[in-house]
Amino acid sequence: MTTTQLPSPGRRLADPAPAAPPSKPRRRPRHLREQISGWGMIAPAAVLLLAFVFLPAILGFGLAFTNARLVSPRPVEFVGTDNFARLFADPVFWRSLLNVSYFAVVVVPVQSGLALAMALLINKKFRGVNFFRTIYFLPVVTSMVVVSLLWLFMYRKDGLINELLSAASFGLISGPDWLNDPATAMPAIIALSIWQAAGFHMIIWLAGLQSISGELYEAAQLDGASRWHQFRYVTWPGLTHTRTLVLVTITIQALGLFDQVSVMTQGGPLDSTTTIIYEAVRSGFKQQETSYASAISLVFFVLVLLISAVQRYLTREKD
Amino acid sequence: MKQTLNSTSLSSAAAMAVRILFAAVAAFPIVFMMVSSLKPDQQIFGDMSSVAAFLPIGNISLDNYAAVFERVPAARFLINSIGISAVTVVLGIFINSLCAFALSRMEIRGKRVVFTAILATLIVPFQTLALPLVWWVNQLPYFELNGFSLEISKGWLDTYQVQIIPFIANAFSIYLYHQYFESIPKELDEAARIDGAGWFTIYRKVVMPLAGPATATVAILTFLPAWNSYLWPLMVVQSEELRPVMIGIQYFFQLNVSWGEVMAYASLITIPVVVLFIAFQRSFINSIASSGVKG
Amino acid sequence: MNKRFTRILATSVAAAALVGSLGACGKGSASAPSVGSNEITMWTHNAGNAEELKAVENIVDSYNKSAGAKAKIKVQAFPQDSYNDSVVSAAASGKLPCIVDIDGPNVPNWAWAKYLTPLKLDADVSKNLPSTVAKWEGETYAVGTYDVALAMLARASDLKAAGVRVATVEKPWTKDEFQDALTKLKALGKWEYPLDMGTAGTGEWLPYAYSPFLQSFGGDLINRDGFQSADGVLNGDKAIEWAQWFRGLADQGFMAKKSGKDSTQDFLNNKSGLLYTGSWAADKARAAVGKDLVVMPSVDLGTGPKIGGASWQWGVTSGCNNSAAAMDYLSYSLKPENLAAVAKATGTIPATDEAAALLPEYAKGGTNRIFMELSRNYAVMRPETPAYPFIATEYGKAVQDILAGADPKTALDKSVKAIDANIKSNGGYKN
Repeated sequence: MTTTQLPSPGRRLADPAPAAPPSKPRRRPRHLREQISGWGMIAPAAVLLLAFVFLPAILGFGLAFTNARLVSPRPVEFVGTDNFARLFADPVFWRSLLNVSYFAVVVVPVQSGLALAMALLINKKFRGVNFFRTIYFLPVVTSMVVVSLLWLFMYRKDGLINELLSAASFGLISGPDWLNDPATAMPAIIALSIWQAAGFHMIIWLAGLQSISGELYEAAQLDGASRWHQFRYVTWPGLTHTRTLVLVTITIQALGLFDQVSVMTQGGPLDSTTTIIYEAVRSGFKQQETSYASAISLVFFVLVLLISAVQRYLTREKD
Repeated sequence: MKQTLNSTSLSSAAAMAVRILFAAVAAFPIVFMMVSSLKPDQQIFGDMSSVAAFLPIGNISLDNYAAVFERVPAARFLINSIGISAVTVVLGIFINSLCAFALSRMEIRGKRVVFTAILATLIVPFQTLALPLVWWVNQLPYFELNGFSLEISKGWLDTYQVQIIPFIANAFSIYLYHQYFESIPKELDEAARIDGAGWFTIYRKVVMPLAGPATATVAILTFLPAWNSYLWPLMVVQSEELRPVMIGIQYFFQLNVSWGEVMAYASLITIPVVVLFIAFQRSFINSIASSGVKG
Repeated sequence: MNKRFTRILATSVAAAALVGSLGACGKGSASAPSVGSNEITMWTHNAGNAEELKAVENIVDSYNKSAGAKAKIKVQAFPQDSYNDSVVSAAASGKLPCIVDIDGPNVPNWAWAKYLTPLKLDADVSKNLPSTVAKWEGETYAVGTYDVALAMLARASDLKAAGVRVATVEKPWTKDEFQDALTKLKALGKWEYPLDMGTAGTGEWLPYAYSPFLQSFGGDLINRDGFQSADGVLNGDKAIEWAQWFRGLADQGFMAKKSGKDSTQDFLNNKSGLLYTGSWAADKARAAVGKDLVVMPSVDLGTGPKIGGASWQWGVTSGCNNSAAAMDYLSYSLKPENLAAVAKATGTIPATDEAAALLPEYAKGGTNRIFMELSRNYAVMRPETPAYPFIATEYGKAVQDILAGADPKTALDKSVKAIDANIKSNGGYKN
């Protein structure tokens, strides 16, 4: 399986267009035919993305400056930045920002850490490795809607989670009403989210681990390096690119938190689980305020863009 | 594979214990779901306080499944979802790999800009696009072959393609292929070109056959969201005969929620994915692990 | 690995072929334009609810077979939870069917948006339950074949054991009596929470179930004089009293801040002693509890007991190309025997006395007769304004926040502010 795998050239993950290996002499762009067939091959995907992502996004962003409504006989009018003024004055928006930050700040390190631990546990060949890989990946293949329903049921006051806690503590702990307490609702959603998605990032880590040459470990062992040192000086540096990928994907996933909240808490109790996307969907659908929802989306987009830029800056290769 | 760490038997036993613990945590809700789907509601609640929650014991039957098929046209929904997901996967593999191929291996003016633009789409969450997209897909022309005449009508709502076409092109897939293609030596192309091969031939005969692991990765990463899609079909599919599996969930939250039935339906729509996954398990994980995701 | 790729490909292609063959009907027929056609489509909200759907389909079948049928009606059922989303997306793209099912309070919104066309029916609806006829600005836009009524269900034996009198339509419980009843029921020690108000409900249940309490206190969702502001009504003293009372029920341990997902089932399983629910639960409860079941009116919290009026109703869309046939079908569906059939199947209140006479349980002295009386005596329509869907979401959120511990005044002020801003930004929802 790994026969086709070649040492990964030193390229930046976040850098979209990796430079050709420097050893290779730069050719001038080849004749027209290459240009034409190249664009021909890019075209189908590019056209689809243009039509189904860029266009609706621009359309949506445009709506943010109007008073468009989902249901209304009134003509759409340009209202400037009214929607944004309203948004920034809305405490629920700031609360949703806070919630999402809370979610991201916990989920990003915990989920990536657990995923790395899982990847390390199944990186070696041993009897039953495929079994464990499958089990660890199982939550990922289960739909978030199904997962949320299932956990909704398990988080009840008399549900499975509390029964397990009680059994594990010999009756000492009687768990809270997880999703109905502003203090525990977000942690409950965090736990379920990590449970569902850790397997996915485990795979990404595993990919990174497998790309580290075994010879490096052998050399380290010859030098008498402890297992911690092997991890610290061989594994960890070998995962530089993987770290960036995991960081970026988990962050984007965390900021876009929606499904779980929509199924389990509808943003409650007391706005303790509401998120930016949830507010956008609630405004856009339930409250029919299309333009306001578009304004939220636009702010979200800018926010993610900023965070991605910062992350890219922080994880840039310092060479 | 690489034997990376030396381990004493003690620490390997500890590692195994941790593995089993993790496995238990990963699996228990799913086991609970599947086991509960075989029990009547009363017993689901009754068993909750003991290990019986995870064991198919007591009053076990397929009654919930029978009820599911009575309430929901589950077979039809399953077939729809299989079809929609499969077509999305196949077309997604083709179109995204083709694009990544050109971006990775050909000298094209402006490709850097294109690639950056493609990656930018990763940060737009679908929920924020959904509403304008509904309006937009409804402006698109629809061609229908009726006998020998081609009929053109407007609007894609309530079709199969509206559930497929917007999701074929995918920046993450392009990215994965791109990364993978970068690791395939460009000398192979040169050699093929000297033999007179065109670019498409190189794509098809040289590069793609080497990109199996990336393809497996893209396949599963395209399949999962297609199978799990929920918000979108809710908005654009009206006919019952075109609905995918996730919509069926809503059928159970009318009056009188039967948790047994919910569990049965949830199992029913999860099992195909799990079976598929187990069938391809070795290839999936090994190939994801050895594919371009390595960054 | 090449082999694997081929295998994936082969599987996918096989599946694609499968869909292709199904796709002979590639485009769904639900929204097919009904240009002067003889088939018109009708959407309903009851996919997954076999009895109700069957009852509707039976009427459609009999209409389609009848000699005077002006068109063939085709039924398309949606799950209730997402029904409104489906309709709104369809409306936004001009793909509504001819006949739609609408939750009564949304009718003014849809009429204002010009989704609906005023009804011109042959059938006379003047004697129907007033809450089954949806009017806005003087025109009738929708008619319901039934209504539902909120009530309190209990076991007579429990009330007797606790020493609580059975409330009647003539003499409903007062606020103090209700407090007393709950205290006594709680003292029985049979249940963790004696009362179940369905607090786990979401969406339209929240305003449907709890705004009548607000109204019984003397508050309301909006000032109904012109429907321009909720200020002083939804956040006035009466409203604060309501909020404190409602919150108090949870604080005193009488009801859960969030009940189980299925309140009726919990009541039948003896997890609660007093169930506040709709008439739809009565038949099931009676089948399980038998003669011990008592159906009581809601509580009088000051201005008499109130319950929400209007349930699901039928309207004709303005884009319908064969509205004559649509209206004809609606008239047909309002025949007494059809009303009776639906009411029987769904456990709801038939829209007319004539239909009720066909159902022993709704005839005088029948077991469900009380629901008709509740409906006639106590029903309050939810505010008949296009702003209603927005008001409903704000009120629903306020209810949830108040239950979760928010300060009532703050929560209600917030709702009022949002509602008033919404009305203003819509130009007062005036045509």
